[in-house]
Amino acid sequence: MITVILFAVIYPLAIYGIAQFAPNQGKGETISVNGKVVGYQKIGQKFDKSNYFWGRPSAVDYNAAGSAGSNKGPSNADYLALVQKRIDTFLVVHPYLKKSEIPSDMVTASGSGLDPNISPAGALIQVKRVAKERKLSEEKVKALVEANINTPKVMGTPTVNVLELNVALDGLK
Amino acid sequence: MNTELFGVISIFIISIVLAIPVGKYIAKVYLGDKTFLDPIFNPIEKFIFKISGINSTEEMNWKQHLKALLSVNMIWFFLCFFVLLFQGSLFLNPDNNPSMTPDLAFNTAISFVVNCNLQHYSGETGLSYLSQMVLMFLQFVSAGIGMAAAAMVFTAMREKTTDKLGNFYNYFIKSCTRILLPLSAIVAVALLFSGTPMTFEGKDAITTLQGDNVEVSRGPAAAFIAIKHIGTNGGGFFGANSAHPLENPTYLTNAIELWAQLIIPFAMIFALGFFLNKRKLSYIIFGVMTVGFLLLVIPTVMTELNGNPAIEKMGIAQTTGAMEGKEVRFGPAISGFWSIATTVISTGSVNSMHDSSMPLSGAMQLLAMMVNAFYGGCGVGYLNFYIFIILAVFISGLMVGRTPEFLGKKIEAREVKIAAFIAILHPLLILAGTALASYFAAHDTAMGYWFSGNATGWLNNPGNHGFSEMLYEYTSSAANNGSGFEGLGDNNPFWNITTGIVLLLSRFIPIIGPLAIAGLLANKKYIPESAGTLKTDTTIFGVMVFAVIAIIAALSFFPALALGPLAEYFTIK
Repeated sequence: MITVILFAVIYPLAIYGIAQFAPNQGKGETISVNGKVVGYQKIGQKFDKSNYFWGRPSAVDYNAAGSAGSNKGPSNADYLALVQKRIDTFLVVHPYLKKSEIPSDMVTASGSGLDPNISPAGALIQVKRVAKERKLSEEKVKALVEANINTPKVMGTPTVNVLELNVALDGLK
Repeated sequence: MNTELFGVISIFIISIVLAIPVGKYIAKVYLGDKTFLDPIFNPIEKFIFKISGINSTEEMNWKQHLKALLSVNMIWFFLCFFVLLFQGSLFLNPDNNPSMTPDLAFNTAISFVVNCNLQHYSGETGLSYLSQMVLMFLQFVSAGIGMAAAAMVFTAMREKTTDKLGNFYNYFIKSCTRILLPLSAIVAVALLFSGTPMTFEGKDAITTLQGDNVEVSRGPAAAFIAIKHIGTNGGGFFGANSAHPLENPTYLTNAIELWAQLIIPFAMIFALGFFLNKRKLSYIIFGVMTVGFLLLVIPTVMTELNGNPAIEKMGIAQTTGAMEGKEVRFGPAISGFWSIATTVISTGSVNSMHDSSMPLSGAMQLLAMMVNAFYGGCGVGYLNFYIFIILAVFISGLMVGRTPEFLGKKIEAREVKIAAFIAILHPLLILAGTALASYFAAHDTAMGYWFSGNATGWLNNPGNHGFSEMLYEYTSSAANNGSGFEGLGDNNPFWNITTGIVLLLSRFIPIIGPLAIAGLLANKKYIPESAGTLKTDTTIFGVMVFAVIAIIAALSFFPALALGPLAEYFTIK
């Protein structure tokens, strides 16, 4: 069938051709520091060192060669115990927080396991810890977070890109 | 929050408004009228018909339509099956992914041929780029098949007394080239410039900011994702489907992908009105579907925004709603909306993990697929609805004591038997499959060849939710949807083969049935409308159709829903 050639060869090649004019020639947008690629802008990566802002829990541990959510049901007892453990750990590392200040996205896994974003509240509650680790003033770090909040103008949700925030953080003196 | 709700409402309204001109265009394509794309596509189609030796003007009756439809599908199945079986040693495989096992290749080939895209593999590790391209081809043609079948039914409804119902190949090729191709190209380009990759290079190895080494999967995704939505296929390029940040990078692309999956199902209904010159009928049909859709979508969005009551009890802030399995850039409102859009329409792509949805949302997603006729997939959505119309005409005809007639044709025993058979087949396949799997799971049977280990091993969650996982898998197969409660361990001979069979039966029988009914009706004597005719383009008739759908589709599933999501809802309330 000739349609195979039209839809499986010509159509993708045409789109591939157009891709050459797209950002980074359609290979995915990257972020570089000093000329070295440190990550893809859209792909979340693991941050667990205490001098960085952290992203969300991931069912695939941010291994971008795959992708998946936890697929845990809302009533699953093991899952609820895991969330409770994440809350407790988070409180140990951030002793200055009240439980009710932790937003749910910081203790639940994303759908793809590669979520590049956290909610603004999720970033702001980490400010004190990061500032202390980096020996920076809290106001300065807080201002940096606020500058990195993407607020939707018409529709959408407010987000913070964790990688971009951390790259900016490294640049802060 | 307000920007979230505003996003949901505006995407829905924009889709409806744009569907009217697209519907008009589709009607013109099937009528053979002039359109502005003629200069581009006339020569291409002529060339295709010439090479394949098809006379595209030859009129066919409904049996010839069916024969052509089934034979091309058979060829595609074998082509795809063998590519998947040997992809490991074929070209375009930069990540060196292995070949599929025969049962997985069987399931995957069927599920893409039937427009379902139930994926028991993960795109990053399970497919070569060659296989992705072959599957993309099937995403075009399987959508085209559904639309061609709908076009034949349109023609049958239009003609007075005839057995000549247009040419199958003509409808099919035109659906693909003039409708699916241009729309997909637009969507693909929009995705490209929003950050979706389109490259034939393999995985990229990088060192992250804090010093970890990771590999990042890429590929020719933009072209694939466009047709996956336009053709209401739903098969993801990456494992996480449209939750993956490269597959669906921003809130804007999310809106585009939502629009892309809604547009053809919406437009087909309006196309019917333009095609028959009975716009009021298409407004009534669209109205019934929209009421059904809203009844499903509103509770879902509200429960997702309210968050998980079990997590609420732990004392943290759930201001952003239920976030397990969801992405921050979308949030729960649009994720809830998407989960219903993708299940009423037979897309089955997901931007959040349905397995982690709240119990009530899970019930609504299931119900959406159980009804399978509110909007519905490319072409086939209307065919399913057609069955309910026939039943509603028959029942209301009996109630008021008039001969049941639809568009000037008498509906008699034979047509009603076919319609009733199809209406019953859907619950039968779902419930029988679920009963079988639940039996094994409840007895924790050792499955031998069929599954490594005991049957409960395929469940990712205990209790009622585990039952929902199995129910969802068969419902999704029977509705040719393709989404899943993906925690279910479904890549094994038991699930691959049983769902493969359900897929086949539930795709082709519901196409054969409406084709047969429409063909039989077209052959009958035309009775002009008189005072005694039951009017089918009135609100009362719309209510009647809705009642038939509610009784047949919803009530037959109530016991199953009560055992799964509803029971779970009451346990965590």
